[in-house]
Parts: sequence; structure tokens; C-alpha cells
Amino acid sequence: MSIEVKDLSYVYSPGTPYAAAALNGISISINEGDYLGIIGKTGSGKSTFIQHLNALIKLQNGSIKVFDIDLTQKKPDLKRLRGTVGMVMQYPEYQLFDETVEKDVAYGPKNLGLSDEEIKGRVREAIELVGLSYEEVKDRSPFELSGGQKRRIAIAGVIAMRPRVLILDEPTAGLDPRGKKDIMSLVKRLKETSSPTIIIISHDMDAVAENCDKVALFSEGLIKAVGTPREIFYNARLLEENEMDVPSVVKIANEMKKRGAVLDGEPVKREELIDAVRRWRSE
Amino acid sequence: MPIKFEKVTYEYPAEENAVVAVKDVSLEIADGSFVCICGENGSGKSTLAMLMNGLLQPTSGAVTVDGKTTSTEEEEELFAIRQKVGMVFQNPDNQMIASIIEDEIAFGPENLGVPREEIGERIDYALSAVGMTEHRRHTPYKLSGGQKQRIAIAAVLAMRPEVLVLDESTAMLDPKGRGEVLKVAEELNKQGITIVLITHFMEEATRADRVIVMSEGKVVMDGTPEQVFRDRESIERYGLELPAPDAVAAELIKEGIPLEDKIYSESELAEAICRLK
Amino acid sequence: MNNVVFGQYYPTDSVIHRLDARIKLLAVILYIVTVFFIVDYVMYAALFLFVILVSVVAKIPLKVLLRTVRTIVFLVLITAVINLFFTKGEVLWAHWKFIKIYKEGVEHAVKLALRLILLMLFPSLLTLTTTPMELTDALESLMSPLKLIKVPVHAIALIMSIALRMIPILMEETNKIMLAQKARGADFDTGGAFKKAKAMIPVLVPLFVGAFRRADELALAMDARCYSSVANRTKYKVMKLTLKDLVASVVCLAVFSLVFLNKYLFPFDEMILSLFK
Repeated sequence: MSIEVKDLSYVYSPGTPYAAAALNGISISINEGDYLGIIGKTGSGKSTFIQHLNALIKLQNGSIKVFDIDLTQKKPDLKRLRGTVGMVMQYPEYQLFDETVEKDVAYGPKNLGLSDEEIKGRVREAIELVGLSYEEVKDRSPFELSGGQKRRIAIAGVIAMRPRVLILDEPTAGLDPRGKKDIMSLVKRLKETSSPTIIIISHDMDAVAENCDKVALFSEGLIKAVGTPREIFYNARLLEENEMDVPSVVKIANEMKKRGAVLDGEPVKREELIDAVRRWRSE
Repeated sequence: MPIKFEKVTYEYPAEENAVVAVKDVSLEIADGSFVCICGENGSGKSTLAMLMNGLLQPTSGAVTVDGKTTSTEEEEELFAIRQKVGMVFQNPDNQMIASIIEDEIAFGPENLGVPREEIGERIDYALSAVGMTEHRRHTPYKLSGGQKQRIAIAAVLAMRPEVLVLDESTAMLDPKGRGEVLKVAEELNKQGITIVLITHFMEEATRADRVIVMSEGKVVMDGTPEQVFRDRESIERYGLELPAPDAVAAELIKEGIPLEDKIYSESELAEAICRLK
Repeated sequence: MNNVVFGQYYPTDSVIHRLDARIKLLAVILYIVTVFFIVDYVMYAALFLFVILVSVVAKIPLKVLLRTVRTIVFLVLITAVINLFFTKGEVLWAHWKFIKIYKEGVEHAVKLALRLILLMLFPSLLTLTTTPMELTDALESLMSPLKLIKVPVHAIALIMSIALRMIPILMEETNKIMLAQKARGADFDTGGAFKKAKAMIPVLVPLFVGAFRRADELALAMDARCYSSVANRTKYKVMKLTLKDLVASVVCLAVFSLVFLNKYLFPFDEMILSLFK
């Protein structure tokens, strides 16, 4: 078990007329090695939830345990927590600030108090991991890179901290199709090489169906369901009640079912659908 | 014929490394059409959009709106063009100047010198066209992204444009907001307003009656969505993707499943597959 | 979601909200002058009462009004403490040789605190009952004589309006960037002043870069909507003085002149006090 959340509630600006409940008691366990997709409408509490995992928001109610770090304690070891849980916010390129790419990526590791030697190695590794050439970009200003490159550098800045858990809040927002594809395969690569646990917030149901092995559906500050993509995306009532889109693949399978053609195995990924269609035809 | 490009080239000023953003483009945007412009980041889509209403003026060639060139220094002539070709940008927060919605919408007509009484009527019209009438006296700050973009569209509509250019106006929105904006655009198109939609979302492109694909400053594909998306190799080459059900169809065809080569919606594809057995 | 800026527009349907913003602005100026002139507790009480009355009429909950004072609590405390120790006179309380508190010091401290709080309250009522746009319009209108000496009054008003709109957006952005850098291990809370200032660089740089980007896009959006600082604009909202504005002016003038009269001509507060002795 890498992350254990119990009865987490949160209210913004408590005790004022602007008080607004964001989380109403959620519990979830996330295992090491999970690729968790968080889905839900804007304002359903997704961002508030993930910010809790990094102690960016002060715990009001409930408990969170990240590996052996207990956030209910008075003074949890924040430095260790932030080295354990990496967070890529929405439009992360807007947080770049330093003169050179190298310095910017080094910011996180530096804050962890690592040695210069160690930092240098990690920076190089992180830049290469996101698919850029260290020698080519290290001395350039992050502000002169292209949009897609900026986002990669921002992600490099987080993975240079070598987090065991990597959280990404809508990492493909605003990108063109190729950029989207590149980022999603980057995340996959990171899962295999550096951060075994991935948590991703996404509005793109196709991407969630294609990549995640676990899905949590948020609505009105609650987790309405957690399960495999198959369990969630074939639960038509659940999706409808929470105004969620159905992934394209599932839509096609549902439409076929309506016409009397039942595909076996309830496909959610494109590949699975094609296999299922092939099998269905040869029956 | 409201907008016409004749051999238009636009180079960014020398200090920006003379990037050629638009290269020798000739095209016409027909009255009342719904045109979608796609292409990778940096392919020149936004530059093309800004050439349409004189926010940028061509380095060579000519852009005309209703026969009048955009290459003019006369503010009055430029304003006449910008009144006809309204534009909505990507970030809803970076294009509003007022803290109250009706003031925001009044801004354009005020600039045009529209008489006061008429501005009131135009605000009524613009807000109802985007379905935001009840928000008239509110602040845009608390609205959702989709609502903010609808306000931005209303602010342009109040200038009574003939063409509405949406420059990646759906890029920052969630699916719900994107749906709202698209619905408004389609509705306005039905009322006769020409829509030019720049987008990265291919399923939006399938709703247009014409798709223009740009790459490295040039128009590389131009046709109906059917024509454009059928050329799957080119779509891939220019960094785009097929709309999801279409991509599935393409892979099925590759697997040797005898589907007709056309663009599909999910239900059409399901129908077509079912007919195979 | 956000800690709302204190004193932000609080919409109700009160008569105070509907008053001409120019009258309200002038009243605030007069009020500030008045506060600087008075020294008596009774007059302080009178002004407090006046402020509370206005807020009742404006249907602003007292809690909301008082919250505006919270932002200056620190300032009030500091000035009070300084006055407490640095005003000499009759000794009230002494501890060893160093710390002595004088009667005059206490009085000074209390009065200054009261004065600061009074100074905060009434202007807060202005911003609570007047939209930023109305305020800028009022300012523009009041400054319009300056047009004769070529001061770009309209441009100044527009700049203010945009600034007001951008404040909540930039506050939200600051918050987001701080969270992002915190996630990268930034520590904004410990260390001396120098260390803290240095820790803010990773927040300030992206904030400024972002602000300039926003400014660029906003300028483009304004261009696209035909903004010109020189052309003949119309104005959708025209300010008209009505009977209620007149009444409000009379009430304010009456209250403020009472305070002045009291100080310079007719010290009736002492008469009232003497009744209780």
C-alpha cells in the first residue's frame, strides 16, 4: 500500500460566508504500481484531493498516509514527502523561472538538500528521460523553448526529485495531438523507469481507458466509484448520473450490443476492441 | 465572399529570427460556411487567423475582406474590417477588460460609437444568443471556462460581425465547456454567421463543412472533413490524428476487415461492423 | 475556492448601491477629511454610528464590513503600540525604569486606532456597494475637467478597470505558482527576511512572465474589438444624478458639517457629556 486516505474532508474558507465544501469524506487506497486515473467534472474535488497528497493543503479532517509518512502527525516530514510524491500541476510550464533549463530542473533536487554532484546527475537524467538532449538544452533559457518542450522541462523538474509517486493534473491540456501522444507515452515510460505509481487527472476518457489500470470517479467532493476501467466505463448508469463521457471504444461496443452483437471481454482499449471484433467475426 | 487570401506570406519581424509563419497562402472563406483550421503548434494557424482581420498585415500578397484590403494604416478602415471579422482567443481570462459582464459586452459597440440605446439592445441580443442572459450583471470571475468563452463570443457578437474567428477558443476548456462553445458556434452558423474554428480537437473538425490543414505555414490539405480525414497518411504526417471512431475503423481496415473507407461516428461504425456478419 | 479580496463588491438591491458613484466617491473624500479633523470620542462615536447606519441601509452584514478592518489590524496595533510608548506625559503605569506608560500615550494610541479603523470603514462601504466599473466611471467623470489640460482621462480609467479585473486573477495565479513550487520543495515560511525574499523569486518570475503574457493577449483582444484611445467612443452607462443622490449628499454634508461645527464653533459634545456628570 503506498497511499492510504481515510474519511478525508475539506472546506475552503471555513467559517466565512464563502465557505465551500470541496471534499466530503473520501477514502481510497492506492497501491505501489497503480496507474490511477481520476475523472470527474470541473469542481468535483479532484484537484483538492491530489493537493492533499503532497500536503499542499493542510489536513482538516480525516487521515492520509503516504508510505510511512503520516500526515495526521503534527509535523510530518514535508521534505521527504515532497521527494516521495511528485506533482505536475496543470500547465506546469507556467512555473518555470530560472535563467537556464539546468538551473530550473535543479530547483527541486536542491530544495531536497542533495549534494551538487547528485543534483547534476539527476538533472541530466531527468532531461534525457523527458526526451530532450541535455547538452542541447541545459544552457538555454526555459522561456525560449517551444510550448511542448517547456512542458517537458517542467515535468523534468519534478521527476528530478525521483518521486515514487508521480501525480499529473491534466498533463495534456492545451497541446496539439502529437504533443498529447508524446506526453502520454512519456508518462508510460516514467512509470516503467522512475515512478512506479502514477496518478493522473484527465478529462479525456479515451486516454484514461487506454492508459490507466484503475479509475476513480469524483463527484461533488465524493468518490462515487473506484474500479478497473472496465468496471467504471461499462457502468452506463454511473457515468450518466455523473455526466461523464463514455470512451469511444466503449461507445462502439455499446452500439454494437444494441444491434445484437455482443463482443466478449468488454473492450476498453482500442487494441482490445479490434481483437474482440476479429474474434466475434470468426465465431 | 467575405475573406480572400491572395498569395499571402507573413514573416515575423527580424528580431524574432524571421520565422515565416504563413507562406504563400491563397484561399477564400465562403459566406456562411463553417471552416475548421487544424495543424500542429507552430504550423501558422493563429497567424492565419490574425491576418483575417488586420491584426497582422501580410508581408506580401493581399488579404481582403468584402473586397477591402487589410493592408491599410487608416484606423477607420481597419475598424470596419474588425467589426466584420470578430475574433475570440484561447484564454478566456486574458481577453476581458471589465468586471461586469454587460460592461464587457458594451466595450466593442462603445468603441464603434454605437448610440447608447442601441448598445442596450445589442447586449440583450448577444447574451441571449449565447444563452447567458441571466448573468448580465454578474462578474465573469466566478464563471466556468465555457461560460467565460460564451461571454467572449457575446462581446464580439455585439459588434454585429459577419465572421466569427475562434482561435483555439476551446483549447483550455473541459469537455462540457467545449460542448457549450461548439453548440453556440453551430447555432450562430445556422443564423448565417461564417465560423472559422481553429482547433486541435478532431471531433470538432468533423462538424465543419470544410477543413483546412496547415503545416509549416502552408495550406497542405483543404476539403470536406470526409476528404481530409480519408487521407490518413497525410493526417499522420502533419501531426494530426483521426477522430477516435475513425482511427478504430482505420485499424480494422488494416486488419483486413472489409469496411467501407469513409469517416464514421461511433454508431455508424458499429452499424457498419454489424452489417459484416 | 478563493480568499475573496476584502471589500469586494457585495451585491444587494439597496438604495446605497444605486446611488451615483460620483456622489459616493465625493462623500468618501469628505469623510476622510472629516476623520482627520476630529479629536473627540463623541464625534468618533457619531461617525461610527453613521457608518453603521449606512451599512444597514446598504444591507451589508456588519460582519462583512468589519472584516475589512482585519486587513489593517496589524497596522493599527503597530501604530497604537508606538504611540503608547513614545508619547510622554502623566505616568499611569511603570515597570522598572525603562517601561513607563503615560496617560497621554494611552489616549493617543486609542484615538489613533479608532481613527485608522474609521478610515478603513467608510471607503470599504464604497467598494462594497459600488462595482469597480462604476467606480472607474465615476473617477473618469470627476476627472473629466482634466481633459482640458490634455490628461488622457479615459485611458487612466480603463487602466484602472483592467487592473481591478486582473487582481483576483493574479491572486489566484500567485497561489497556483506557490503551490507548484512548494510541491518542488520550496519553503516560503522559514528563515530570515532575506531568505524569505529569495524564496519568492521562483514565484515572482513566473508571475511577471505570466502578467506580461496576459497583457500582450489583452492588448490583442482589445485591438480586435476596435479599441482606440482617441476615437469617439460612446458610453453605454451614463451617470445621472437623481433625487436620491441629492438626499444622500445633503445627509452626508449635514453629518460632516456637524462634526466641523462641533470642533470650531459649537462644542455640543461637551454639553451632552456634562448632562451625565
